Amino acid sequence: MNQRYELNKNLAQMLKGGVIMDVVTAEQARIAEEAGAVAVMALERVPADIRKDGGVARMSDPKMIKSIQEAVSIPVMAKVRIGHIMEAKVLEAIKADYIDESEVLTPADEEYHIDKRAFAIPFVCGARNLGEALRRIGEGASMIRTKGEAGTGNVVEAVRHMRQINKDIRSIRTMDSEELMSAAKEMGAPFHLVEQVAKEGHLPVVNFAAGGIATPADAALMMQLGCDGVFVGSGIFKSANPKKRAEAIVKAVTYFNDPLIVAEVSEDLGEPMVGINMDEINQVYAARGW
Amino acid sequence: MRIGVLDIQGSVEEHIHHLQQIPDVEAVRAKTPADLSSLDGLIIPGGESTAIAKMLHAFKLVDLLKERIQDGMPVYGTCAGMILLADSIEGESGHLGVMDIRVKRNAYGSQMDSFIAELPLPPICDRALPLVFIRAPYIVSHGDSVQVLTMIEHKIVAAKQDNMLVTSFHPELTEHTDVHRYFIQMVRESKQSH
Repeated sequence: MNQRYELNKNLAQMLKGGVIMDVVTAEQARIAEEAGAVAVMALERVPADIRKDGGVARMSDPKMIKSIQEAVSIPVMAKVRIGHIMEAKVLEAIKADYIDESEVLTPADEEYHIDKRAFAIPFVCGARNLGEALRRIGEGASMIRTKGEAGTGNVVEAVRHMRQINKDIRSIRTMDSEELMSAAKEMGAPFHLVEQVAKEGHLPVVNFAAGGIATPADAALMMQLGCDGVFVGSGIFKSANPKKRAEAIVKAVTYFNDPLIVAEVSEDLGEPMVGINMDEINQVYAARGW
Repeated sequence: MRIGVLDIQGSVEEHIHHLQQIPDVEAVRAKTPADLSSLDGLIIPGGESTAIAKMLHAFKLVDLLKERIQDGMPVYGTCAGMILLADSIEGESGHLGVMDIRVKRNAYGSQMDSFIAELPLPPICDRALPLVFIRAPYIVSHGDSVQVLTMIEHKIVAAKQDNMLVTSFHPELTEHTDVHRYFIQMVRESKQSH
């Protein structure tokens, strides 16, 4: 199990500095790979459509996931509902490369997340702060992403969550060893992981940004804030020119510290996805997860 | 000596960390033509080869890299790095195409088939080292000038040709620096002979 967990954290390390794109068809997956995505997230509907259409959002049809596995050579990730052990077993059985236990789908369990240590397949989970990230890592997540607010095209929540995680890490870095247990109690996180982060100054797994990233500048902003890479959901295939925007976001992530390149790739991208303000939404996905 | 790690995407930080433990090595991130021109040696890290290749083309780094490698600059490719250096790739066209090897991508399957093997790596290291394979490629065939260094179950997972070293596995993901030291020795010898 330990060796498997190391290998699963290792795959996330290989994705660093890259962009993971939401796709709903094999054709979109090919466009994403061609644009330079390091992985694709296969799902039934992008978050913007889940938000618009409503209803219960579930794991995708395994046939669709398999068609995407056949279409591309980069890793294929797929989402399961929070706490849905069986959906996770299904994705493990069809050999997906990574599972996202995601708040974007309708939770199957309102109290417990999946015990991810019981699986060989790796998991990525969302977090809004250090405590939440460490609870998920304690359960066996081998990669973390900020939750942001999926399907809004509004980067404000991703920024909030990334800044919060950075702030929480800085705060425990300055604590005496006696203070760490109280901090662990306060944030509801496993003590040994709190100690580890206090010592090392960073999360024990790779951390990507997600939820609301719609432009190359949004993606570069998240990299500037210190994340290891970005997930782009509705931002690409809900925009006017998905191929061009996908390529531009990949370039902006690679050259996030070069504003001239970010400026150049931001030209003539056509309409971005329509953005939604936080006070206009009736369902906050980030609040799902415990 | 100045050793660069190609800083497009992937395990860049991990390689830098390993290089920093070797005396007389200045480890730098390299992603611009100016960076690449100033190096004594280059490591192409693990990552997604399609994504790295895409950026090399988009930012016109392919010709410069090929030129420097063909000119004798030592280069070490891990996993995606091996794929980028290969002359040909099963089922798709090659990228830098400087090394006389044909590789198969994701040759072991999905992430569920990623594994760690422990074995010695002569001439790099005589004691057994953990070798980490993440959705790894292997070499299916090679030209006469390629020296095979390591095989696992009849599959070639490490090889050398003149100034080029490639491994299917990721020494940067372990605590061991033996492969990096071996590469630095290649750079040292190359400097002496020039």
